[in-house]
Amino acid sequence: MEYNDFLELFIEESKEHLQSINDELLKLEAEPENLSIVNEIFRSAHTLKGMSASMGFEDLASLTHEMENVLDLVRNAKLTITNEIMDVIFQCVDLIEKMIDSIEQGGDGKADVTEVVRQLTMIHNPSSFQAIGGQALPEVAATAVAEELVLDTFEQSMIEEAKKLGNKVFQIKISIDPKCVMKSIRAYMVFQAAGELGEIIHSNPSAEDIEAEKFDDSFTILLLSDHEEAEIQSQFNQISELTDVLILERTKQASPVSNNTSETVVKQTETTSKAEAAPTPASVKKKHKSKSIRVDIEKLDQLMNLFSELIIDRGRLELISRKAENRELIDSVEHMTRITTDLQGIILNMRMVQVDQVFNRFPRMIRDLAKDLKKKIQLVVEGEETELDRTVIDEIGDPLVHLLRNALDHGLESTEERLATGKPEEGKITLKAYHSGNSVFIEVADDGKGINRDKVLNKALERGVVTQKEADSLTDQQVFALLFSSGFSTADKISDISGRGVGLDVVKTKIESLSGEISIDSVPGHGSTFRIQLPLTLSIINAMLIKAGEETYAIPFSSILEITEVSGEQVTTLYGQKVFQFRDQVVSLVEVNDIFKVPTVETDIELEQQLVVIARKGDKLKGLVVDSVIGQQEVVLKSLGNYLTNLFAISGATILGTGEVALIMDTNQLFN
Amino acid sequence: MNRKIVAFKLNGEEYGLDIQYVQSIEQLLPITRVPNAPIYVKGVINLRGNVIPVLDLSSKLTLNQATYTKFTRLIITKVEEIEVGLIVDQISDVIDIAEEAIESESSSAIHSEFFEGIAISDGRIIILLNVEELLKTEEVI
Repeated sequence: MEYNDFLELFIEESKEHLQSINDELLKLEAEPENLSIVNEIFRSAHTLKGMSASMGFEDLASLTHEMENVLDLVRNAKLTITNEIMDVIFQCVDLIEKMIDSIEQGGDGKADVTEVVRQLTMIHNPSSFQAIGGQALPEVAATAVAEELVLDTFEQSMIEEAKKLGNKVFQIKISIDPKCVMKSIRAYMVFQAAGELGEIIHSNPSAEDIEAEKFDDSFTILLLSDHEEAEIQSQFNQISELTDVLILERTKQASPVSNNTSETVVKQTETTSKAEAAPTPASVKKKHKSKSIRVDIEKLDQLMNLFSELIIDRGRLELISRKAENRELIDSVEHMTRITTDLQGIILNMRMVQVDQVFNRFPRMIRDLAKDLKKKIQLVVEGEETELDRTVIDEIGDPLVHLLRNALDHGLESTEERLATGKPEEGKITLKAYHSGNSVFIEVADDGKGINRDKVLNKALERGVVTQKEADSLTDQQVFALLFSSGFSTADKISDISGRGVGLDVVKTKIESLSGEISIDSVPGHGSTFRIQLPLTLSIINAMLIKAGEETYAIPFSSILEITEVSGEQVTTLYGQKVFQFRDQVVSLVEVNDIFKVPTVETDIELEQQLVVIARKGDKLKGLVVDSVIGQQEVVLKSLGNYLTNLFAISGATILGTGEVALIMDTNQLFN
Repeated sequence: MNRKIVAFKLNGEEYGLDIQYVQSIEQLLPITRVPNAPIYVKGVINLRGNVIPVLDLSSKLTLNQATYTKFTRLIITKVEEIEVGLIVDQISDVIDIAEEAIESESSSAIHSEFFEGIAISDGRIIILLNVEELLKTEEVI
């Protein structure tokens, strides 16, 4: 594997760990007593640290290390979670995210971590902070930690054991005056002094190298000791020609067991002998991992393209086999048909991704926003397992962020207002995804004050979006839809959260570019619901193939209500426009032959019945007169390229089994 | 500096396209008509799984409407992101032409935004087409 491959893996995995840390932190905020959550976070942080250290991202490693220290205190019940601690940790996670982003963008992942590191150190080691004093520490901690010691499992388990017995683990970095003549002698004295205080379990460089003077001006040791940091410091201070002694406590022990020193020492020697057998507690509870590999989306696209060609060839083979009337050929082609159908299902499925990939970043966002806005909010997420095409997933995030911000800022009232109207203090925002038919719906609902119809209308009138006459006849839904018109903002004052100059029109444009639709429901005093309807996938649609003259067109299933026959006498005209009655509704008829100027095919018989495809857009219906209906088929959407754009009522093309290109109708445009 | 030119016949005249814009040359494939497209757009074809628009070059250059024969070919061209097939009467040659042998469009008798110039090679007169102009998209009705 190349370095870049590792880097990609590293970035992907780091993101996963970050996400899991974020998720768990939110959980922890809800139940600060639950230590198993802390363990989970700790594990992710630990892995993250190890990974970044091995990739050489020192800043990242030192930051995660500090975070780990704090978490360790928490999980060992040495520290209780407070709001301040949570905030610092969240800050820390944000910083890590930035660094990883920077790495992803090709940067070096360096960032100014001193402030956060200082805050973290303050939490887990206030005494050291005071002892060494203000300014110096951040740097000190960062550099000391940057030198991550690589420990083998034996040493790790020794530390685990020692901690259980009440020993502390100190990482000590000793710098010797560069002018010192016999460095190894000084080092020997250090080892001597350290040996009196406890047990040295590791040194970097190794003890042999230090003896042979194979080190620069400093070395690091790991010391197990039950002495206080100050005591150790004073011991080392007695050795001359040491320029600097940095003592950092790696982790703290679970509980103070020792009553006196001698007992501990005895026990310690006992335990070292059986340390190897001691299991590492961290490995006991392993998270279930799904077996999967990452695949570049481009490769899937290629696969899809190749596959659609296979489908076309299959169509050809079917035609040939039917003509040839060869039993064997027919059988094998049928078999191939079955296999390719299954294969198609699998390939399509591979492109599907759960929406929780997008949803999972919202709890954190809502938390921060709620804090900024001083509102109490409960976010309910439903249907995270709903699957959507990967391309849609990538695009849907921004519109959702916008809607959520909107719900939080404009939708929900302030706590006082809520209490005054007898609502629970905590506002509720529901983010929900579900399948229905060939679409996926995503809803953002709040239980806030709802949309003020009059306010919206007045604003619309003011801006000249609608005329007074139109305004009187608009339904509630239509009024709400005005919010999507460009430059429309109902906010009285522009706030930091949603008044960034982007209106809901941007959301609408984005959704429509994904072939989706958005609508609003709202009940005054009870809240609003923004509903996004999206096609399951952008690349394959279920379509009805129809014929107009000699030409074949595909009409997306999602825009067809039904197909019916209309006899000549049912059709009347209204202002010269052909219409017919369909279930108490007057539906206007359009001939596909006319709108597409299809070359006429001579027929001698005037048809009694006309085949009509009832197309719908919202509640509106339109009847499309077609010559014949071939049938339903899943078609692979292809664009017409950049040369043919904005064709009336045509949204793309597809290749049929015969290799022929059929155009895909965009019936929505017929309603304008 | 020599330029490689794909030369072809159209309406009895010889034209040329710079080879850097030519992706491939194909036999005439079944064309699906695209309604409401400009008149010179014959439709779209399935080129190995990709849908590509096809222009009738004679119609685009407002020459006589071409009749398709067994020599009729599609030149698949690509300029930036735009891929288009051009219908020509016959491919005649791929030739090297010295830069000096090309007369610029402004100094020649003919004048059109689609012409880049005239190349004279061994007594043949070849009208060089300006592909970028040719494939410029315009608002379709």
